[in-house]
Amino acid sequence: MQGAFDEAGERGLTEFLPGDEGELRDIVAAAAGERQPLEVIGAGSKRALGRPLQLPHSLVLSRFSGIVAYEPSELVLTAKAATPLALLEAALGENNQMLAFEPPAWGRLLDGADSGGAGGGQTVGGILACNLSGPRRFKAGAARDHFLGFRAVSGRGEVFKAGGKVVKNVTGYDLCKLMAGSYGTLAVLSEVTVKVLPRPEKTRTVLIFGPDAERAVAAMTAALAAPHEVSGAAYLPAGLARRSAVSYVAAGGTSVVALRLEGPAPSVLARASALRGELAEFGAGEELHGRNSAVFWREIADAAPFAIDGKRALWRVSLPPALAPALLRQVTAGSDVEYLLDWGGGLAWLAVAGAADGGAGAIRAALAGRGHATLIRAPAALRLAVAVFEPPAPGLAALTARVKAGFDPYGVLNPGRMYPPQG
Amino acid sequence: MRMPEPDAGVLARRAEIAAALRRIVPGEGVIADADELRAYESDGLTAYRQAPMLAVLPETVDQVSRILRYCHDHRVKIVPRGAGTSLSGGALPLADGVLLGMGKFNRILELDFANRCAVVQPGVTNLGISNAVAHAGFYYAPDPSSQIACTIGGNVAENSGGVHCLKYGLTTNNVLGLEMVLIDGTVLRLGGKALDAGGYDLLGVMIGSEGLLGVVTEVTVRILRRPAAARALLIGFPSNESAGDCVAAIIAAGIIPGGMEMMDKPAIAAAEAFVKAGYPLDVEALLIVELDGPQAECDHLIERVREIATAHGASSLRASRSEEERLAFWAGRKAAFPAVGRISPDYYCMDGTIPRARLPEVLARMREMSVRYGLRVANVFHAGDGNLHPLILYDANEPGELERAEAFGADILRLCVEVGGVLTGEHGVGVEKRDLMPAMFDETDLAHQQRLKCAFDPDGLLNPGKVFPQLHRCAELGRMHIHRGALPHPELPRF
Ligand SMILES: Cc1cc2nc3c(=O)[nH]c(=O)nc-3n(C[C@H](O)[C@H](O)[C@H](O)COP(=O)(O)OP(=O)(O)OC[C@H]3O[C@@H](n4cnc5c(N)ncnc54)[C@H](O)[C@@H]3O)c2cc1C
Repeated sequence: MQGAFDEAGERGLTEFLPGDEGELRDIVAAAAGERQPLEVIGAGSKRALGRPLQLPHSLVLSRFSGIVAYEPSELVLTAKAATPLALLEAALGENNQMLAFEPPAWGRLLDGADSGGAGGGQTVGGILACNLSGPRRFKAGAARDHFLGFRAVSGRGEVFKAGGKVVKNVTGYDLCKLMAGSYGTLAVLSEVTVKVLPRPEKTRTVLIFGPDAERAVAAMTAALAAPHEVSGAAYLPAGLARRSAVSYVAAGGTSVVALRLEGPAPSVLARASALRGELAEFGAGEELHGRNSAVFWREIADAAPFAIDGKRALWRVSLPPALAPALLRQVTAGSDVEYLLDWGGGLAWLAVAGAADGGAGAIRAALAGRGHATLIRAPAALRLAVAVFEPPAPGLAALTARVKAGFDPYGVLNPGRMYPPQG
Repeated sequence: MRMPEPDAGVLARRAEIAAALRRIVPGEGVIADADELRAYESDGLTAYRQAPMLAVLPETVDQVSRILRYCHDHRVKIVPRGAGTSLSGGALPLADGVLLGMGKFNRILELDFANRCAVVQPGVTNLGISNAVAHAGFYYAPDPSSQIACTIGGNVAENSGGVHCLKYGLTTNNVLGLEMVLIDGTVLRLGGKALDAGGYDLLGVMIGSEGLLGVVTEVTVRILRRPAAARALLIGFPSNESAGDCVAAIIAAGIIPGGMEMMDKPAIAAAEAFVKAGYPLDVEALLIVELDGPQAECDHLIERVREIATAHGASSLRASRSEEERLAFWAGRKAAFPAVGRISPDYYCMDGTIPRARLPEVLARMREMSVRYGLRVANVFHAGDGNLHPLILYDANEPGELERAEAFGADILRLCVEVGGVLTGEHGVGVEKRDLMPAMFDETDLAHQQRLKCAFDPDGLLNPGKVFPQLHRCAELGRMHIHRGALPHPELPRF
């Protein structure tokens, strides 16, 4: 254990750097025994996400790195939890596979720092713990849908495992779902097993220029109701389209709907031409090929157009797609709000300027319980002042608190990261 | 299989409990007659039988809430039930428990095509959902073989799959929202019509929780556009190894078929004798590979799979040229259970998952066990995702055969775990695999699962005797065995 921590100098912070599961367990057990909360850190790329923590002790998992097992034909990969996502994606790439939920990299979005490549310095455990998914979410599922099993240390300081290392398993409660999106507040993941899938052979993106939000959602709805297996459906108003690095998107000088098709070459070509024909009434089209498609959908996943103006409060709103036009009308009326739509309208990014509450009141009033608004980027003071996650109804809040108490009875893991600490 | 000891105190209060339930659900909704109760005495796992103390058939969420609150306040155990097709004994009643039949919750509440979802009551059948949206070209993807009968509430509780789940996912990947009632009567909504919900994913936790956490009273499912086309290949192999290698090669080539099913020789023979699907009888293993999606894609991929199969030594190969032919390929597989039922008085269906690469070894060892136990076994197999369904043939009228079949089944499941797999891929733990849980999970693992149970149902009144080999009291599970100052590593830094 010697040398397993170092004193981070000026503020007297303790940083714990466990080297194996036994050390991890002992640190958490000691923290629980002494009622000392810990901030759980993978690579720290998402520290600015969620309610801000001001804790004297942090638990850094960087030594839990490396792929433990990878069987491409079993569609399963096991890695230590703090394995850099970039490393993992590189290994998958060598076998023409991928994480189908398209993990977003928000490094630039959150702190303006260039996150350097697709993985963005983040870890696989971090992306699962926050359940973050990209544009393919509505077709391929979210991070939680690809999370098959794990080993972890709960806030009780006990090592436990759940799930399995095969793609199909219903043995016991699905604790992977519980870990996904729990932001490290229940247990510290030490090892994770994920489902991996083949990379599509070919990608095309059909662009439709000029529609307003209402027409855009109508076009995306028509596309998703067609049997063309669209795997990305986004809408950028003119102002945001202009920020794209893809010249076809930026140079149009107008709004754009983008629809992605992936699969074997003959299939993609046939579907692209069918889709363009069926959607002709929505406006003139254009097509992006492989490389431009990759750049464009990376921008959508990473919400890149919003990385430019870091002062706006940035919200990610999951909602029924058909509600999107009304939500946008209500939220943008008389306010300075930039937006883009993803997931065929089922995900709205809203960047709000000039509202004292960052737009929380207006957005949640417009949603009226029909969706979930998460404050992704805002100054720490604002993230303390307004609910970062959609506030749960009272019965659900009580159940949530009981679950937290079961796994972390003394509140030592990231207390207050999701909801204000109780009592 | 031992169930929790019936509580004599509760049994003595039977009449009083029936009267209280009748005040909540008037008329025919409460069943106390012994003959009528027998209708509920088992589910799809017919080896186990137990009539419930009482049955209640509510029609409204308010009734469910009041029933649960009553059971909570009076410490009465309760077992939810959908259609009773569970193959793991999940809906097996308790002698001192109330059976909560959800069959009257059979309405489709809303078809919302713009948001690509349907809102239904839990007693609607799986196929009923697909039928309701078929006119618009949509369907509900998970398709358990029991889909004509099983309910969506049961599917949610078991996280049911089907032959298409490698590509389209299990129940958990296709449910957006639930309304549920906790044991204390609290009605909660989890998720909704949006894809992601903030907060802990308790929706994900409910799915596959086998009726132990709460009663589902409404389900919002995703509906998908039906694929434009589907074509299937029927491929025979001279060995299980070559069939298994072919499956791996298809996936390694980046192809995820809509369905990929394998049958071993005994299963092929039984199915062919039953439905005359035209299966080759001179092969050791048969694969059905279905490609679905856009027509251009099906036609393209069917040729690629054909090449891969040929390269892996397929001894017979047919591609469907019409919808009738495709359905004929499936007819034998879909009838595999009843087909086996024809060649044996009884059969016992297992459900483990293994890493696919271990298939030949697992089948070989299963054959050894078959000899040792003196019982035949036929295998149908969701080959794409490694989910095995060995069917053990036995005769319940022969003394000792059921016990032998169960012991054989348990050995198969232990073998699945030993090679890196799991006890159940889609049928659930229930009572059937309850006592095998320690083969996969140690005590700390199980204690963490039970802490989740404690958050939902602290008195353990919902479906007790299922899933967990031993139910610890929640107070005991809550205790921490760490004491201030008594650290295991004195060299650890102090906070
Ligand atoms: C011939 C046959 C083929 C099958 N094929 C498949 C298959 O291909 N794939 C597959 O996955 N399964 C299959 N099954 C298993 C079974 O059909 C599924 O597990 C199904 O989901 C059970 O649904 P049910 O309505 O019959 O539920 P039940 O058997 O009545 O109950 C199952 C469990 O759900 C709980 N439950 C039911 N309703 C509720 C509710 N409203 N709220 C809370 N808990 C509830 C019960 O307590 C119980 O634990 C098959 C079964 C048979 C008999």
